Amino acid sequence: MSAVTQVLRSEWTKIRSVRSTVWTLGTAVVITVALGVLLCLLAKSDFGSLAAKDQIVFDPTNASFAGMGLGQLAMIVFGVLVVSNEYSTGMIRTSLAAVPQRGTFLACKVAVATALVCVVGMATSFAAFFAGQAVLGGHRAHLDDPNVLRAVIGGGLYMTLIALFSMGVATMLRSPLLSLGILMPFFFLISSILGNVPATRKIGRYLPDQAGQKIMQVVPRVNDHVTYGPWGGLAIMVGWVLAALLGGFVLLKRRDA
Amino acid sequence: MIEAVGLTKRYGAKTAVHNLSFQVRPGAVTGFLGPNGSGKSTTMRMILGLDTPTAGHATVGGHPFRKLPNAPRQVGALLDAKAVHGGRSARQHLLSLAQLSGIPARRVDEVLGVVGLQDVAKRRSSGFSLGMGQRLGIAAALLGDPQVLLFDEPVNGLDPEGILWVRNLMKQLAAEGRTVFVSSHLMSEMALTADHLIVIGRGQLLADMSVTDFISANSADFARVRTPDTEPEQREKLAAALGEAGGRTTAEQDGALRVTGLPLPRISELAHAADIRLWELSPHQASLEEAYMRMTQGAVDYRSTADPRAGLQGPPAGYAPQGGPPQGYAGPGYAPGPQGGPGHPGQAQPNPYAQQNPYGQQAPGAAPGQGYPPPGPGQAQGHPYGASGPYGAPHPYGQQPQPAAPMPPAAPTTPHHEDAR
Repeated sequence: MSAVTQVLRSEWTKIRSVRSTVWTLGTAVVITVALGVLLCLLAKSDFGSLAAKDQIVFDPTNASFAGMGLGQLAMIVFGVLVVSNEYSTGMIRTSLAAVPQRGTFLACKVAVATALVCVVGMATSFAAFFAGQAVLGGHRAHLDDPNVLRAVIGGGLYMTLIALFSMGVATMLRSPLLSLGILMPFFFLISSILGNVPATRKIGRYLPDQAGQKIMQVVPRVNDHVTYGPWGGLAIMVGWVLAALLGGFVLLKRRDA
Repeated sequence: MIEAVGLTKRYGAKTAVHNLSFQVRPGAVTGFLGPNGSGKSTTMRMILGLDTPTAGHATVGGHPFRKLPNAPRQVGALLDAKAVHGGRSARQHLLSLAQLSGIPARRVDEVLGVVGLQDVAKRRSSGFSLGMGQRLGIAAALLGDPQVLLFDEPVNGLDPEGILWVRNLMKQLAAEGRTVFVSSHLMSEMALTADHLIVIGRGQLLADMSVTDFISANSADFARVRTPDTEPEQREKLAAALGEAGGRTTAEQDGALRVTGLPLPRISELAHAADIRLWELSPHQASLEEAYMRMTQGAVDYRSTADPRAGLQGPPAGYAPQGGPPQGYAGPGYAPGPQGGPGHPGQAQPNPYAQQNPYGQQAPGAAPGQGYPPPGPGQAQGHPYGASGPYGAPHPYGQQPQPAAPMPPAAPTTPHHEDAR
């Protein structure tokens, strides 16, 4: 037990002593909130010109999370760097020489980073919601409206899970460039293309981000024939995250450092 | 105590370390020598449980590293000085390592003082020089006050003052009864620092012996003989005569002959009997560095092809395995090299006169190499150490009894070839 506490403390020192932590997490917060506010402003000014059908399905909660798509990229960078820093600097050898129990090492590293991301993610989600709703004025949603609180907490969970998924992938791939080169285009472009092209939509909706984002929706989309609910979508995302972390753990355990 | 038993590591078809067995004992500095790419770092990583051996095993204090209870308090290692997050300060870096093994934070400040980095402790380590990085790495190894220490090339990038500091630190750590295992590719450095040597090449054990034994076995002596440059056939003649008398001759780059196995007076007599004039006859001692190069040259992975003399050298007049027939001067490598024009007989050679012996100690030496850089690939075959088996046997030449006849004082030994007629 004490060994775990030691590793946790060490990982916390590592995370807070590099500037990339502040930069990536700070960027995630700023982008998510700012873009959300911007989109809410646009939505408010255009609301009158929307078709009646669109007015009915307008989802003010989800509108304030519009920045999540870009903000998650900063979360991905954070998740990747936390892990691959060890490899790109060679620090991993020093760390593993000090903690030969590789499972403990990875678990502690991921746990510390996750705790931090969870706090930042939740704060971001709530900040984006309140800022967005404040801008929306008359069209706003309230936290005690049905399902709204779930969506806001879900936003924080979504950001945490995205970072966790990145940590798992980075543990498998080791190289920061390779990890970012795969994850960034995937979540920024490929996933949404797959989700919007009719031929691939069925597969696309089971991708981690598409499934996970479902929890942030309060008003169901039109023509949205997904087979899972908000929590079901989050469960699918958790499955992806566990698979990535497990893959990382197995490789770390087997591989030469 | 570190023990490796049959340690083997293969990466695909390439064998990095092959069947390596050795022990590193406490209370001494053990030097781990080998050319670049010979498997030193791989071996160290296997000892530290970072790489899994393909075969064999390594233990520290009787346990495999991964099973050691509280490993950082027992083993400290410097593997790569640059293995530090550049954005982290020296102190934070050490603090995170200290916390890993439950070492109190004040120990961090202590080791920072030991390695002399206390003034830059708060600075981001990306601004560190290689020497400061080495100091930081050494500080990390010392953190847990461990009984077993591994250092991979600790003096790389250090200035002379830093090298001296590392040397004394190693000795001091060993004197405290710790096990100190230091890798290097510099023989000269290890000769000063280490008590014991483990030499590997291409992942195989070449030597496992005390430094004293290594020196006495390898600091072999030889004689340089020059015949007039204007008459190359005299050189042939002399080489043949010396070969008949049991000497071994090899060509130097400048056209001189390097003679082993014959005392200087005998060479002089033989030359006289064959009616050959000599421009130079001088005693030399092969350096330890040369002995090491000779030992490992069959095992060098990366070798410069930009040897200006490459085209001028004939096939090396091999270093015959001991007991082989006396080898005459075989190579056609007469042409005076670019560096060794007739007027400067000594310059093509690493340390021509620096280690000149008093005559009385002149022993027939085994110094067959042609000086460094190591000559062509052919030499590798005749290499007696390249074969497996620990290099335990005393060197046949180095420990021979002194030649019976002391050198007559009149023997021509001065570097000026004009005097040697």
